[in-house]
Amino acid sequence: MANVTLKTIDYAILQQCMHCGMCLPTCPTYDETTHERNSPRGRIALMRAIADGDLEVNRTFADEMSYCLGCLACETACPAGVQYGKLFETARADIERSGINDNLSRDFWRTLTLKILFQRPSLLRAAGAGLRVYQRTGLESLVRRLGLTRLLPPSLRRVEPQSPPIAPKFSNALIRPTEVPTGTPRFRVALLTGCVQDLVFSDINRDTADALLANGCVVETPPVQPCCGSLHAHNGETKLAEALARRMIDLFPPAKYDAIISNAGGCGSHLRHYGPLLADDPAYRERAQAWDRKLRDVHEWLVQIGARAPTASPFESPVSLTYHESCHLVHGQKITKQPRQLLRMIPGVTLTELPEASWCCGSAGVYTITQPEQATKLQERKTANIIATKASCVATANPGCHLQVLRGLDAAGAKIEVAHPVSLLARAYRRETK
Amino acid sequence: MKPPARPNVRSVDVALNDSLLTALTAVVGSDRLLTAADDLIPYSFDGTAAIRVRPGAVVFPLTTDEVAACVRAAAEAGVPIVTRGSGTGLSGGSVAAPEALVLCLARMNRILEVDAENLTMRAQAGAVTMKIDEAAARHGLLYPPDPGSMRISTIGGNVAENSGGLRGLKYGVTRDYVMALEVVLADGRITRFGSACVKDVAGYSLKDLFVGSEGTLGIITEVLIKLVPKPAARRTMLALFDTMESAASAVSAIIAAKIIPCTLEFLDRTTASCVEDYAKVGLPTDCEAVLLMETDGHPAAVADEAERMAAIAAAQGAREVRTAKDDAEATNLASARRNAFSALARRRPTTILEDVTVPRNRLAEMVTFIAETAARHHLQVGTFGHMGDGNLHPTFLTDERDEAEMARVHHALDEIVTKTLEVGGTITGEHGVGLAKKPWLRQQMGDHSYELMREVKRALDPKGLLNPGKIFD
Ligand SMILES: Cc1cc2nc3c(=O)[nH]c(=O)nc-3n(C[C@H](O)[C@H](O)[C@H](O)COP(=O)(O)OP(=O)(O)OC[C@H]3O[C@@H](n4cnc5c(N)ncnc54)[C@H](O)[C@@H]3O)c2cc1C
Ligand code: SF4
Ligand code: SF4
Repeated sequence: MANVTLKTIDYAILQQCMHCGMCLPTCPTYDETTHERNSPRGRIALMRAIADGDLEVNRTFADEMSYCLGCLACETACPAGVQYGKLFETARADIERSGINDNLSRDFWRTLTLKILFQRPSLLRAAGAGLRVYQRTGLESLVRRLGLTRLLPPSLRRVEPQSPPIAPKFSNALIRPTEVPTGTPRFRVALLTGCVQDLVFSDINRDTADALLANGCVVETPPVQPCCGSLHAHNGETKLAEALARRMIDLFPPAKYDAIISNAGGCGSHLRHYGPLLADDPAYRERAQAWDRKLRDVHEWLVQIGARAPTASPFESPVSLTYHESCHLVHGQKITKQPRQLLRMIPGVTLTELPEASWCCGSAGVYTITQPEQATKLQERKTANIIATKASCVATANPGCHLQVLRGLDAAGAKIEVAHPVSLLARAYRRETK
Repeated sequence: MKPPARPNVRSVDVALNDSLLTALTAVVGSDRLLTAADDLIPYSFDGTAAIRVRPGAVVFPLTTDEVAACVRAAAEAGVPIVTRGSGTGLSGGSVAAPEALVLCLARMNRILEVDAENLTMRAQAGAVTMKIDEAAARHGLLYPPDPGSMRISTIGGNVAENSGGLRGLKYGVTRDYVMALEVVLADGRITRFGSACVKDVAGYSLKDLFVGSEGTLGIITEVLIKLVPKPAARRTMLALFDTMESAASAVSAIIAAKIIPCTLEFLDRTTASCVEDYAKVGLPTDCEAVLLMETDGHPAAVADEAERMAAIAAAQGAREVRTAKDDAEATNLASARRNAFSALARRRPTTILEDVTVPRNRLAEMVTFIAETAARHHLQVGTFGHMGDGNLHPTFLTDERDEAEMARVHHALDEIVTKTLEVGGTITGEHGVGLAKKPWLRQQMGDHSYELMREVKRALDPKGLLNPGKIFD
C-alpha cells in the first residue's frame, strides 16, 4: 500500500470512472467554479493522464488536489463504484513524494504536527495544555490585540485564530481505564478517544462512555492512545499512517473486544480500513482485518445493540433539532440513518431535516488552513442552512465539523447549540435519575 | 462488412493562435478562458467510452452576446467550435476536435422566467434539467422530459440531442416541449425561432431543425419550453419476469391494449443487480427481467390503468407484480433506474452502450437477438432501456485495453445495428449520432436524404466550423 503511486495503481481503478458526470452536482468545488478540473471526473482524468505519462505530478496538480476537500460526496454519488478516496490518498502521497510542496515553513509545520505532535499523544496533550494556558490567561487576546500575530509567518497567522478552544480536562482525566455498567454487562468495548476530540471535546468522550455504559457495555479507555493515522493518510504520509495503525492494533487487540468504538466521523472512516492499509504486512494483516470487522461508529453500534430510549429529555423545554452529517460519516462510512434514529429516540426533541445536510461544511481536516477562502464559503452556506431550519440545536458527530459549525454560527451571531448526538443521548440518560 | 473502428484520437498538444486568444480574452476576460494542459485534459471527453480529444481552449460565456462574439472571433480565425453543456452526451457529441475551441455553456444557467399563466418557462441553455423541473414544480407544473442524466445535463444539451427520458412513452421527448429557441449562427448572427404561441405556422419550422442538431448548425443560447400541470396521482409498479422475452411481450401487450402509461422501463438481470448494488432500493436480482411501470393522471384513471397493467403483466408470465408503497419509494425506484448505465460500469473497466430503437412489436425479437449476439461473441452484456418507446440500451461490459475483445464488441455492435435496420428501427433513439454512430448513418437514411442533410449543414455552416466531424464527415 505504502508504495502505490498513480503510475503503479491498478489501472482498472482509474478506468472505473466512465466519465458520466453523475458526481458533478454533488461536488462542492465544481459547484463553486463549474470547471471540470475542479470536479471528481476532472481530477480522475488528471490522475489518469499522470498514470498514462501524459502529465507530470506538478504544481497545478498539487494545488488541485489541495483544493479537493476529500469529502467523498462523489463516492456516494458515483453509480459506477469509483473508489475516489483511494485515488485521492494515492494522489496526495505522490505529491508529497515529489517534493513539490516542500518549503521551509510548511516543512516545519508539517513535521511538527503530522510527524511529532500527532505521533506522540503525550506531546500533543502537552501542546494542548500550553495552548489552554495561552487561551485562559488572556494572553491570547492580548497577543491578538497588540497585533503580535503579525510577527508570525503567514502560514501560522492563518492557523492561529483557528486554534480551537482547548478543553479544561483531557479524556484521561474524565474516563477511568475500565468502567463497568450497573447491572449485567452485555458487551466489552474499547473507546477510541481521538486526537482533536481528546484535546477539544473530551466531554464528548465522557458522554460516549456514558451512553455505552447505559446500554450495558464495559468500556475500556486506555489513558494514552496513539493517533489513528487518518490525518497522515489523508495528507499523503502513508508510512506514518501504517506505523500508527500497528500501534493501535497492539494497544487494542481486536480479539479482546466485541466492538472498537469511534465517535469521530473523520477518524472512523480511516479506522475501518486498517486491513487494506496493512495488507502487505504479514505480521499484522490478519489482526488488521479482524480490527476492521470490530470497528464501529458509536451510532452504528448503539443502534445495532438496540440502545434503549431515554425516559428524560436533555432539555428543559421541547427543542427543535437538526442534524449536520459529517462527510466522513455519511460518505466515508455510509452511516446516515443511525444518528437520526438515536436523535428521534430522545424525548422532547423534534428532528427537522437540514437542507443539504450532507454538503461539506468546509472543515475537511486541515482545509480551513490550506484553503481558507473556499472553507469559509462552505461554512457560510452551512450556517445559512442551519439558521433556516429555525432549530435551536444542531447535532453533528465529528470534531472538525463541530468546530466549523460552531464558529460559523458564532460569526453569524446565531444562538444555536452544537452538540454530538451521543452527548444529547448521554445528557438525557443522566437526567433520568434527577 | 468490416465493422468500422471507433475513433480514439490521442491528445495533441497545440495551443490556439495568439490573436484568437487575445480576441477571446477581450470578450470574456482571462479567468473564463482555459488554455493550460491541466485545464484542458478534463475537457477531452464526454460520457462516451473510449473517445478522447483534447481541445485547444475552453471558454465560458455568460450571455448570448458573449457567445456571438466568441463565435465571430473563432470564425475569423477559422477555428472550429465545439459547443458543450455538461458533457454527459453518449455519442461523443461534445468531445473536442483537435485545436478546437470548446464553448462551454454550463455557466449560462439562469432560469429567466416561469410563466404560470401560459405554462411556459424561459431559461438560458446551460440551465440544468433538474433545476428546470424543480422550478416548474414550485408552480405546480412539470417539465416531463427526464433523461437519466437530468441531475446534471443542460437543457441546451437536451435540445441539441432531442433527449428522451423515463416518461417519454406518454409525454414524448424534448422536441415536444420546445416552443422557441434563440440560436447563434456560425457567423455570429443572433436568431430566434418559434414563439410563445401554442400554434404557429409562420414559415418553415426552423426551430425543429435545431432540435437534435448536435451543435452542428448553431449554438442554442436560450430556450422557451412548454410545461404541463403536475398530474394529481401516480402509481409505480415493478413486474418481475423469468424471461426477457415475456417482459418484452408484456410491453407490446400493454400498448396494444391502448393503455399509455407514463413509464415502461426495462432492466435485465445484469443491469438490475448492478443498480441494486449501488442504490439498494430493493430491486429484485433473481429474475431475468424487471419492468418498472408507472401510470399518472387523474386518481381514478390511475387506479384503473394500474390494475389493467398488472393483469396484463401477469397474463404475459410475470412472476410477481409489486406496487411502490408511497411516493418516496416510487421516486427512489425511478432515480435508481436513472443510474442504470453508470451502475453497469461496476462490472468491467469499459462500458459501451447502444441506443437502438425498434417498432414496439419487434421488441421481443430484438431482445433475444441481442442476448444471442453477445453469447456468440463471448461478451458480457447488460440490457436496459425505455422499452415503452422501443428504445433499448444493450451495454457491453468490456475492457478497452483488450484489443481482441474490443474487436468482438465492434462486430457485435455492427450485427445489432444491422438487425435493427432490418426490422425498421433506428441506429439511435435519443443519444444522437455524434462520432459513435456516424458510420451507420448513410445506411439508415439512404443516399438522397443523407446528401440533403449535408446540404442543410453547408447552407448554415459553409466553413464547416460548428462541431466538425460529428454526424457526418
Ligand atoms: C448516466 C447517463 C444517463 C443518460 N440518460 C439519458 C436518457 O435517459 N435519455 C437521453 O436522451 N439521454 C441520456 N443521456 C445522454 C445525455 O445525458 C443527453 O444527451 C444530454 O442531453 C446531454 O446534455 P449535456 O448538457 O451533457 O450535453 P453535452 O454532452 O455537453 O452535449 C451534447 C451535444 O449537444 C451539443 N450541445 C450542447 N449544448 C448545446 C447548445 N447550447 N447549443 C448547441 N449544441 C449544444 C454538443 O455539441 C453535443 O453535440 C444519459 C447520459 C448519462 C451519462
Ligand atoms: S466518478 Fe463516478 S459518477 Fe463521477 S464521472 Fe466517474 S463514473 Fe461518473
Ligand atoms: S472529494 Fe469532495 S471535493 Fe473532492 S472531488 Fe469528491 S466531491 Fe469534489
